[in-house]
Formats: sequence, C-alpha cells, structure tokens
Amino acid sequence: MIRHLLSGADLDAATATQILDTAAEMATVAGREVKKLPALRGRTVVNLFYEDSTRTRISFEAAAKRLSADVINFSAKGSSVAKGESLKDTALTLQAMGADAVVVRHPASGAAHRLADWVDGSVVNAGDGTHEHPTQALLDAYTMRARLGRLAGLSVAVVGDVLHSRVARSNVLLLSTLGAKVTLVGPPTLIPRDISPALAPGTAVSYDLDAVLPTSDVVMMLRVQRERMNDSYFPSAREYARRYGLDGPRMRRLPEHAIVMHPGPMNRGMEITPEVADSPRSTIVEQVANGVSVRMAVLYLLLGGNNR
Amino acid sequence: MSSYLISNVSVLGAAPTDLLIRDGVVAQVGPGLTAPDATVVDGTGLVALPGLVDLHTHLREPGREDAETVESGSRAAALGGYTAVCAMANTSPVADTAGVVEQVWRLGREAGLVDVQPIGAVTVGLAGEQLAELGAMADSAARVRIFSDDGHCVADPKLMRRALEYVKAFDGIIAQHAEEPRLTEGAQMHEGEVSTRLGLTGWPAVAEEAIIARDVLLAEHVGSRLHVCHVSTAGSVEVLRHAKARGVKVTAEVTPHHLLLTDERAETYDPVYKVNPPLRTAADVAALRAALVDGVIDVVATDHAPHAVEDKECEWAYARPGMLGLETALSIALDVLGPQWDLIAERMSRTPARIAALDAHGLDPAPGVPANLTLVDPAVRRVIEPAELASHSRNTPYARMTLPGRIVATFLRGEPTVLDGKAVK
Repeated sequence: MIRHLLSGADLDAATATQILDTAAEMATVAGREVKKLPALRGRTVVNLFYEDSTRTRISFEAAAKRLSADVINFSAKGSSVAKGESLKDTALTLQAMGADAVVVRHPASGAAHRLADWVDGSVVNAGDGTHEHPTQALLDAYTMRARLGRLAGLSVAVVGDVLHSRVARSNVLLLSTLGAKVTLVGPPTLIPRDISPALAPGTAVSYDLDAVLPTSDVVMMLRVQRERMNDSYFPSAREYARRYGLDGPRMRRLPEHAIVMHPGPMNRGMEITPEVADSPRSTIVEQVANGVSVRMAVLYLLLGGNNR
Repeated sequence: MSSYLISNVSVLGAAPTDLLIRDGVVAQVGPGLTAPDATVVDGTGLVALPGLVDLHTHLREPGREDAETVESGSRAAALGGYTAVCAMANTSPVADTAGVVEQVWRLGREAGLVDVQPIGAVTVGLAGEQLAELGAMADSAARVRIFSDDGHCVADPKLMRRALEYVKAFDGIIAQHAEEPRLTEGAQMHEGEVSTRLGLTGWPAVAEEAIIARDVLLAEHVGSRLHVCHVSTAGSVEVLRHAKARGVKVTAEVTPHHLLLTDERAETYDPVYKVNPPLRTAADVAALRAALVDGVIDVVATDHAPHAVEDKECEWAYARPGMLGLETALSIALDVLGPQWDLIAERMSRTPARIAALDAHGLDPAPGVPANLTLVDPAVRRVIEPAELASHSRNTPYARMTLPGRIVATFLRGEPTVLDGKAVK
C-alpha cells in the first residue's frame, strides 16, 4: 500500500480498486446500529485544516471515529497558525504528538507534498489549492460504480471551472486510470490548453455542453465561483448559466441511465438548477454518504489496518 | 603592494605561460619569468580568465542583512571568480537616491573583495510611477550607469520611454525586468503542462516576450540603449534576434539556471526552484543556449538572489522567488558551453564590463592591464554543498549536483581575494 495519498496519480488501478472495494465493506458499517470498527484503535489522526471546509472535515472526522481512531482537529483559525507559525513548525509539532496520519486541507497547491517531507506519518491530501483532492475523486468513482455498475468504458463529462478545480484534476487522473473516458467541458478561459498531455492522454475537451450530453453516462458539475467573472473568465453569471449550466431541458438530453454529480457546495441557479439538483438522477447526497466510506477505506489501508 | 608570479598558467586556454602581477597590474606575460620578490602561485593545469563581471546581483543590504550582506555577497562573488558585481536596487530602502547607492558602493569598497557597482532604481520605490533622481545617482560617487526596477517591470510604456530617453544624457542604460504585470498576476511558475498538472498559476512566456517586443521598439524609436534582464524564453530570443538585425541598441542576459534547469523541477513543490522569471521548458533551455553561443544573448548574469531559510522552507506560493548563483555560475557555463574559454570570457567578463562601463574590468591578462583576473581548474568536478557556500543563504538549486570547474584564485587590482580556493578575508 502507498504511504501517502497526495494525488490521484499515486493510485494505480489495483490500488484504487482495492480502496473502492474496501469502501464497499465499510459502507455496511453505516447500516449497523453501532457504527464503529476497532481497526484503528490507539491510532491518532489529525485533521489539519487551513481552509474552512465543514463538509470535508466532518467527513474525515466521522471516518476516523468509525474506525475508533483518536481524532484531533487542528483548525488554522484560533490556533498557533494564526500567530504566524510555519507549516513546517506545525508539522514538527504534530510529529512530536505522534500523529499516525495527517489529513490536510490547505489553500496553497503542493502544501500536502511539503508536509509529507516533514512528517513520518501518512499524509492525506484533503484538497490543496487548485491542485488536487484525491479522496473526492475516489468517492466520485465509488458513486459512479455503485450507480452504474462499472467504471471502465464510462463517458464522464466534467463541466465548469477546470482551471481552478482540484476536484477535476484528481478525477481526470483517477478515472483515466480506471478506464473511464473523460471529457472536460467549459468556456476556453477555464480549460487549460494542455490539460490532456498534462494529466492523462486521451482526455477530451469540448466547449459545447449540449453536444456532449447525449453520449454521457455521468455529468459532473463543478462549482463555479462568481468572483471569476470579475477576472474576465466569462462575462456574467447569467451568460455562464445559459451556456454551461445544467437545467431541466439539458438534463433531458442525457441518456436514460445517466447520473448527475456535484462535489458541493452548489451554486443553485449558477451551474445547476434546483430541478436538476433535486432530481432522481442527482447523486449529490449519496456522494456525501459515500465520502465517509471511502475515507474510512483510505485511512484503514494507509495506516495498515489490513495488516494488523 | 605585493607581487605575484603565476607560473605555467594557460591564459584563456592557450599554451602555458607565466604572469607577473605587480603594483596592481599585469607587469609581464611570457614563459620562464622570474621575480625573486614575488609570491609564486602554481598555475599548472589552471586557466586564467579576465575577472568575471556580474550584471545582476542581489546583495540584500541595506534591509535584509539576514539573507546577505555586501560583504558576504562579495565573498561569494570572489569565490565564484568575479572581480565586479552590479548590485540590484531592490533593497530596503530602495536604491533610488544618491545616498543609498553611495552607501552600497562604500560598503563594497570596505569589503574589498570585488568592485561593487550599484544599480539605481528607475522609479521611486520601484513603484513604477515616477522617475527616481537618475542624474543624481549618475553624478554620485557610485557613478551609476545602469538603472533597473528589477523584481518589477517598468510596465508603463510612457514612463519606460522617458527613462530610456533621459539616461542618454549620461550614457546610462535601462535594464528591464520584462514581465507584463497583468498577465502574471498571482503567477507561480511557467505556464504549461507542468503548471496545469501542479495546479500552480502560470507565468506565460508571452508576458516576457510582449514587454521585450515593446521595449526594443521604444529603444529604436528614441535611439537609446536597452538591456534585457534574465531572458527566459525561446520567443524572447526571436524578438531579440529580430531587433538586433534591425540595429536596435539592445543587449540581453541569461542566467545560469535558465541555461540548465526546467520547469519540471517544480514537481517537488520545493520552492528552492521558484524563481522569477520561472524555469521554463527544455525547448526554451535549448534556444537560450544557442542564443548565448551565437550572440543574440550577450551576457551570462547570475541574478544571485539570496533568501532566508524561512522564506524558502514553506509552501511554494508563499516562498520568495530567487536562487543563489555567484558561486556556481562559472561551473554552469563550463557545463553548458564546455571549455570555450574565449566565449566564456566574452559572455561573463568582457561584454558585461563594457555594458556596465567598468573600464578596469573585462580585460584579458596582458602587460599594463589592471590585474583583475581569476584562475580556474577545469579538471575538478565538485559536489555542491549548500552549507559550504560563502553566501549567508542556502537557496542553491544545485545542492548535491556534481559540476565541473573550481575557482582556485581571484585577483582584484593585483591583490588576491581568493587563494587555494579560499577567500583571503
């Protein structure tokens, strides 16, 4: 098993599949009356969050607790970090406290990589800047497999602000490894020109959402921040929604079996309408539930729970 | 003053000969020299070059003496074979007045290891809004001739035009840090495949090329001299080639790191590889090397940029850009160019001395010439250890790399600043 999970590229097909299979087993725990396994008893997991992200932090916290790990939540606000402590000094502090795993969310791309140089325990990247968010990609893959029965051969459209999206990067890497065909859709200002050679050869790019929908098994809508329009990536929120938002009529262009995903939090009315978000095709709530199972599997496998 | 007899040394790769240094000048050149009063330096196997001249050095004093001082930077320079360095203006306070440039100049004289020639800021506080008192700096004891807002681009085209015109009165030159600021907002590394993969905001090549294109046209229009700092892209080389063919009075420099390293170094997220302009692609490196050989690029300049540990041992986005260069530049040049001694002397000594109007530097060892020279052992291969560098800082991108060549001795006006590979003070 790998020691850290920093990037979707850290996972080969066998390892990724092992994580997804393990997550399926973990999911059965959620249905029990006592939602707890003793696997990581006595191990310490630190959630080191430099950005507000309630949903990701809670998901990791629930995952670690269901495995009986001791959980320390270290938020950048109100901690020594706010006093200007460097990431390295924080890392050495966590090291001294005996952290077996550090789950890190950070606004700077590569922060998880840097942290992995400084601590002995496992580092799980819970989102670093505009780089990657590999457990999100795993939970997305898990959700697709659960709904559609397979990943190999699926056509997945990832729609929106690919340029700034850590979710998109990790998904392109992981889904390509697992044999899905990814098409990135959005305005040219938000799709890096060289995304295919940079991440995964064979990744397609389209600027026309309507053309992509009829052949998609999965449509994954990315959150688009309204601030982007102040930086001329697109003229207005209204024009963005008209060209790249997923509304009812567009959803009905999808094949019968196709699903609609969103990593949350959604901008309802911007990239997705309530009609779509709340439709039976939407997996948005399932994604949250699956997130806990997948993160349990990641922590369990990284910390060698299967070898003990 | 003392006398030195350098025996059996190859001047610029020629057959071994002897050099007698006396009273600050090269007194005699020829085989079989004797001078009973002179200290003998065995030059067997060594190559004598005119002392190197760096057009682009950050000495950090005043303001960031924790990262470098004029003295520590001078020592690093001497150990790198330099006899003169041009100190960039982005200190704190900024070198935008006669007072600050004279202070830096005086600190250099006191250190006495290289000639420290201050560069003056083009605009007050490097803010790009109002011309600094360029004439006062030119008339000061520091005799400033090169002006640069390095670290910042003189982006306002009207201000750049005026600066280019104004310095003609004292044969000055504007050294431009070519970076279109709007195209590089938040930029962290070269814009390309690697930045896309790493999720780091890109610094597109066009942001450099567009400014160089504008500036060569401005220089042509007003008939002024322009120097382009740290050229980093293949496209910039083509713009410069075109301008030179038209007769524009433009010169250009390239750094050692842009001749050797590529943007793939960023994949470690170790900010020791963060620099501005950023490391580019292998195709850019190849174009820069070719341009250095064919003369489209005139000079190798280090952009020696010391930074304190805390400014590099952090997240990439929060780190300061810049790399050490003085103590490794000649080794990189040897690695890239091979033992083309005349070309190395041209690009690292004669031409930069001429651009900076340092009349006592950049002269091949010959009778009557000021004894500013350095002795290189090209046969040695050394492993770069950051802790062994004379700079106060440790941010070398060449840590634990094996590079060719070692400076054995450096002479400044006839007195050794380095002997047996060690600084004399």
